[in-house]
Amino acid sequence: MSEAQYAVGIDLGTTHCALSYVDLGSSDGDQVAQDLMHVPQLAAPGSVEELPLLPSFLYLPHSDEFAAGDLALPWRTDEGPIVGELARHVGAQTPIRLVSSAKSWLCHPGVDRRAAILPPGASEEEIARLSPYDASLHYLKHLRDAWNHLHPEEDLAEQQVTVTVPASFDPAARELTAEAAQAVGFEQLVLLEEPQAALYSWIQESHGEWRNQVHVGDMILVIDVGGGTTDLSLIAVTEQDGSLELTRVAVGEHILLGGDNMDLALAHVLKGKLATQGKSLDQWQIQALTHGCRHAKETLLTDASVEAVPVVVPSRGARLIGGSIRSELTRGEVTRTLIDGFFPEIAVNSRPAARSRGALTKLGLPYAQDPAVTRHLAAFLGKQCGAGEDLPGFTSEGGAFLHPTAVLLNGGVFKAAALAERVLKVVNDWLTADHAPPARLLAGGDLDLSVARGAAYYGYVRRGRGVRIRGGTARAHYVGVESAMPAVPGLEPPVQALCVAPFGMEEGTEAEIPPQEFGLVVGEPVRFRFFGSSVRRDDQVGDLLEDWSPGELEELEEIQATLPAESRAPGEVIPVRLRASVTEVGTLRLEAMPRSGPEHWKVEFNVRNTAGD
Amino acid sequence: MAESTPSVFHRLSIALATFWRILVDPQFASAVAALRLAGPAGLPGGPNTEAPSFSEVEPNAALQLLGLLQQEGRFIDFLEEDVTAYGDDEVGAAARVVHEGCKKTLRQHFVIEPVRSEAEGERVTLAEGFDASAVRVTGNVVGQPPFSGRLTHTGWRVIESKLPKVAAGHDLSIVAAAEVEL
Repeated sequence: MSEAQYAVGIDLGTTHCALSYVDLGSSDGDQVAQDLMHVPQLAAPGSVEELPLLPSFLYLPHSDEFAAGDLALPWRTDEGPIVGELARHVGAQTPIRLVSSAKSWLCHPGVDRRAAILPPGASEEEIARLSPYDASLHYLKHLRDAWNHLHPEEDLAEQQVTVTVPASFDPAARELTAEAAQAVGFEQLVLLEEPQAALYSWIQESHGEWRNQVHVGDMILVIDVGGGTTDLSLIAVTEQDGSLELTRVAVGEHILLGGDNMDLALAHVLKGKLATQGKSLDQWQIQALTHGCRHAKETLLTDASVEAVPVVVPSRGARLIGGSIRSELTRGEVTRTLIDGFFPEIAVNSRPAARSRGALTKLGLPYAQDPAVTRHLAAFLGKQCGAGEDLPGFTSEGGAFLHPTAVLLNGGVFKAAALAERVLKVVNDWLTADHAPPARLLAGGDLDLSVARGAAYYGYVRRGRGVRIRGGTARAHYVGVESAMPAVPGLEPPVQALCVAPFGMEEGTEAEIPPQEFGLVVGEPVRFRFFGSSVRRDDQVGDLLEDWSPGELEELEEIQATLPAESRAPGEVIPVRLRASVTEVGTLRLEAMPRSGPEHWKVEFNVRNTAGD
Repeated sequence: MAESTPSVFHRLSIALATFWRILVDPQFASAVAALRLAGPAGLPGGPNTEAPSFSEVEPNAALQLLGLLQQEGRFIDFLEEDVTAYGDDEVGAAARVVHEGCKKTLRQHFVIEPVRSEAEGERVTLAEGFDASAVRVTGNVVGQPPFSGRLTHTGWRVIESKLPKVAAGHDLSIVAAAEVEL
């Protein structure tokens, strides 16, 4: 393995990917030589363009759909799915061949993420479908090939690569992301949570000034609203040997709610308005309307003097003037739909409603049922009200919610200044009502690119050249144990939760081995119920929870251990204990250890729901 | 040839005068020597003097740009349609699509800046040897530079163009493919 010349950050987003890099040789201290790779991709058949973002879309073309040679890239001939801008463009017209939001499927607890299930509606005979894991692999491969094409001397596999994941990703989704990155060949890989990457980017862009902008005792709330997900984190500012330190103390749940929902909501408002005029729209026109609404929204929410922006749905045929439909998005509609719909001013004790699925849901993915970002935020701060109390310099306020002192916003949604103002106002209204000082806004840089930039910068600071955010794993993990009690008909035996991995495990560390043993049958897969908790910070390995308050423990997908029948007789029962560790890459690992002998077996997080392969 | 060729006697007098001048003027002598070496091409008005040269412009780049403007901004659809049949509000609505899309294409593929940084209407002075291809003088064009005048159009200059790469064998003459929904 040769010495890396670049620290590369890859934002593997739900709707877009980006790659940024730091030249390690030319950077020193706060002076960082950083750039963004413009990704060559098909923008139209036969046309390759270098664009700052790679849309996270895959299109599986029919063999007769494109002329020979029209899907070639500088580094490959026609083979394989289309990735990026062209995939998004043609996929809008042929959705049955389009894979989108693969990242949300990668974190979908109800599906086998290695099974070829995407696109979800496609017929298996007609289209060779992909798994959510395959989709991540394709995006990473495209970025690798693009990099190697642009930097033929510096193979990406040999650079220090940081791939970002949502802070809310479960252990299985993290492991699959790392596995895809390793399959692409990245040798020096680490994972980084996206809200942390956003904060790193803010630190880097301050050129050392950040030390004057935050103080010991600050609690930074990172609100990252991307195209498809909302990701929340709390990062505390502490002090060690006279210099400032950052500790990530809490992360939020996985919320499938983002900018795309907002554009879609506006499109539906206009669709309704056109329907009252007797004009109906087909699926293609709604896509075009959504696109138009995105532009109109940004104008209305940035320029307060504009009262209405015309939105035109172009005709599909060549008659542009005769066939286009014109409508108008007004300030009132945007305020009602976006500001009050997605960022309502609510009390801090308000919680997301679990109502019946509405217009925003699509079949398959567990989209957030409540579109109000502020309500999810209230739930997060309420749940994490004890997050900082163990740290020096922080006191338990004993309030109903955690008091942030600073807010960092990230994601393209906040390009609309009015939304950024609203979310800050809501947080500050909560704080004022609780007699706490208002939180200040940490002015950020580019809202679309900061995750990739921060990830590349993280690769740089990992080499000991800047402040690092500490904190380890943001959840404790538990395995379900059925308690021994006589069977009662109609009553499920109560489950106890055995802590196997405590909160805050650092990369490259191993947890103790809990004394409890499980009997595993050789040659047969055995499943365990698996739980995570983002609030139980004090549980130690081996602690057995008999009951817990609602919301304290979250049940994850079942995990599975299989003891191969190599050296033992099939059917034999072997007592094993479970050992957790966090790899250098940053993924959780569980192993089954027999009472004696050096062997151990990996416990799988992603369990196939169907038998076979 | 429009100019008459000199008579035998006239040519004799030129030969004699030239003979003496070649003997006494070394610079003139070397110029005549160069004229002899160059052959007919060296003569003013000769068959191979610097004729204005024109080259065919490669149409592929133009076809590619047409395709991009059509794809993003429905440029050809708009121009190919008969606007007389529609009212200004209908043409205006379609023009928004064209404007937004073509502007995006322009921004994406070209970096354009004004040739002159002054505001239109300001007085500007053009020094001697100004670039006549970048600044065009109009109106009372007399006398010698420096010229002083009022800026009526700032002009545009493409600083950088970044056109997509095209796959070998791709048919650029299809600026918009026909669409058939199955």
